[in-house]
Amino acid sequence: MKAGEMIATAIIIVVLLVCKFLLPKPIQLSPGLSGLVTVLLGLCFVYIFYLTMKDRPVERRIVFLFVGIALVVPFFMQFELPLPISPEVEKAYDQMAKLQPGAKVLVSFDYDPPSAPELQPVAVAFMKYAFAHDLRVIIMGLWPQGPQQAEQAIQSAFDAEPKLRDQVKYGVDYVNLGFQSGNEFVILRMGEGFKTQFPTDINYTPYDSIPLLKNVRNFSNIDWALNLSAGKPGTVEWVQIAVDRYNLHLSAANTAVQAPMAYPYLQAGQLLGLMGGMSGAAQFEKKTGYFGKATTYLLSQTFAHVAVVLFIIIGNVAFFRSRKESK
Amino acid sequence: MRREIPIAITFIVGVVFALAYFIPHRPFGAFEAQFGDWFGIIGAFAIWLGALNLMKISFIKVFRKRPDFPFALIIIISFLVMVFFGFYEGYKGLFATPQFSYRDPGTGFDWMYKWVYSALSATMFALLAFFVASASYRAFRARNLEATLLLVAAFFVMLGRVPVGDLLTDWILPTGYTMSSWADWIMSVPNTAGQRAIMIGIALGLVSTSLRIILGLERTYLGGD
Amino acid sequence: METFGIWLAALLTIGIISFLYKDNVLYKACEAIFVGVSAGYWFVTYYWDNLYRKFYLGINDTSNPERYFLWIAFFLGVLMLTRLFEKIGWLSRWPLAFVVGATAGLYMMIYFVSNAFVQVGATIKPPPGFGTWQSYITYGLIALGTFCGLVYFFFSKEHKGAFGVAAKLGIWFLMVTFGASFGYTVMSRMSLMLGRLDFLFGTWLGMIK
Repeated sequence: MKAGEMIATAIIIVVLLVCKFLLPKPIQLSPGLSGLVTVLLGLCFVYIFYLTMKDRPVERRIVFLFVGIALVVPFFMQFELPLPISPEVEKAYDQMAKLQPGAKVLVSFDYDPPSAPELQPVAVAFMKYAFAHDLRVIIMGLWPQGPQQAEQAIQSAFDAEPKLRDQVKYGVDYVNLGFQSGNEFVILRMGEGFKTQFPTDINYTPYDSIPLLKNVRNFSNIDWALNLSAGKPGTVEWVQIAVDRYNLHLSAANTAVQAPMAYPYLQAGQLLGLMGGMSGAAQFEKKTGYFGKATTYLLSQTFAHVAVVLFIIIGNVAFFRSRKESK
Repeated sequence: MRREIPIAITFIVGVVFALAYFIPHRPFGAFEAQFGDWFGIIGAFAIWLGALNLMKISFIKVFRKRPDFPFALIIIISFLVMVFFGFYEGYKGLFATPQFSYRDPGTGFDWMYKWVYSALSATMFALLAFFVASASYRAFRARNLEATLLLVAAFFVMLGRVPVGDLLTDWILPTGYTMSSWADWIMSVPNTAGQRAIMIGIALGLVSTSLRIILGLERTYLGGD
Repeated sequence: METFGIWLAALLTIGIISFLYKDNVLYKACEAIFVGVSAGYWFVTYYWDNLYRKFYLGINDTSNPERYFLWIAFFLGVLMLTRLFEKIGWLSRWPLAFVVGATAGLYMMIYFVSNAFVQVGATIKPPPGFGTWQSYITYGLIALGTFCGLVYFFFSKEHKGAFGVAAKLGIWFLMVTFGASFGYTVMSRMSLMLGRLDFLFGTWLGMIK
């Protein structure tokens, strides 16, 4: 390690310790100060533009630093932002809103911790809505981490609405069947009977002993299903088997990487609504009225998108200018 | 017989699943159910194979003192710690009254999942955010019409899916024609069309490849002899 | 223990992020921990959720007369593990053949139905609400884009004349598709990082409201 790097590391450690133990918390900038910081960031981009036009493109670590600043600084800002609801989120919410108290909802948690920022807010908002509206929730996962993410979503819902902890009973209002390997083969076998794939719940309670599952044999006993998916197995497999073969009513929340691929299913009517990425999650939170992490992150997401767009524009303007000069 | 038996297995199992789609009754439905259960159990052993292979490679690195053997040792220790918590909590929960799962909140396994596994896996993938921005700055150029179309669509979607798109356009454009509406339209019309074309193409290719595999014409999955 | 967990997670997160400056020992150590812990996690999960719940409880389920067939799956699974040993590794082809055959047989049907048949039907059938001039343009464009995209992927004929024009139009639709995918990919990657930064500045440092 060079001397300069060691000094920089030491400074970073000191700054972090000061932030942790000495700074008054939480930190929130006033709207005026937030605007000023935004203008300063804009001026930094103007400087990057100037350097790039002078044929001195900034080093990639400076780009990393800017992306980091664009993501972090908005956490401390105050800006009111409009958020229009897209038709696909509207459709998913409508499916959920028409469920009667006591309706059985199957929720498949098919994601892992990396995808949690995009999908966990949907899970938490859904749990709060389901418990408040007396829906019966059957949780399962085609990814090993899914059931644990489900438990975290339930705990978050209870932490946000403490009265639900006493009102909601495990085994009666919700059950966690856990994870089962086999990808699409699990869905295929569930079509004949859930018990074939989940002989017990996550705590080894036999399927037949769980009150909620008394009259739940297969997909025909499910009123609506929600799939939270980050890849394979996920929404595609649920549509191919549960929807097209067993006529399940399915809506989905996908990570933004996967969401564009789900639009053909949406247009064909195989999917009844889609929450795509963090934007979709924030819209879903707005529709349910249970604001959470997705709404909080939206300002940072906005700054990050603008940063990427500006970097692309700067790079292209310099490219066109150098192409013109070389001609 | 080293290749003939696997090819026969592939044929029998493939035909069962293909026919069971149309004939869900006995015997195909029953075979489909049985084979579907077997798939999950074999899948579990496939995962075990991966984990045990990793341990085998790491042990070899440590015993032969390869240059990066300390990191191989870290891999082995981390694996054993996680497995210890998993089996200890699992058997403890199995024989407890009432029974609890090895991954219930409060168990050592859940602690490791929350504060080690989740933190590491999420951060590993999160690094991509920086690389996508850097790559966009350095390499994303509108060199021709097609690249420009790609760029313009990306701009509309990136700005339309966050509030700034409407902030920039709703004071000059009527409702229904703001950037978020354009992003909605791009996703539901040209994106749907393009994705559908790709989907249909892949489906047709997949059907022909699956048929070749089932009939034994495609044997690359068996590897060399 | 939670405080210790938060500090450990913060240290591991910073260790991984340090790779952005340059490759270093802390990053390599965190990466090794990630690999080991991931393998252990999957090892344990598949034992309890599959081998115990599906196999062990399955063969002990006296209400199922066909439960003993699960021993065949167990036998095939054990054969999978022979891949660790060079001399008998060829036996792992049997369970592999089973997996490949099952996947090929199932996929052949479900992909043809859901990803080809239903999609073609949705392209040419008028959907609910079809009849306004906006719907003519919308669904006309979807049909045109799908058809031209498929024409582009047909490489058995040279892309010339009317066929070439259709293929060109197909590329334009595909470019818009890829642009939309890129935009969503940026959104996804930024969201991943937001989660970690929220943990560092919120949960760990407590600076965020």
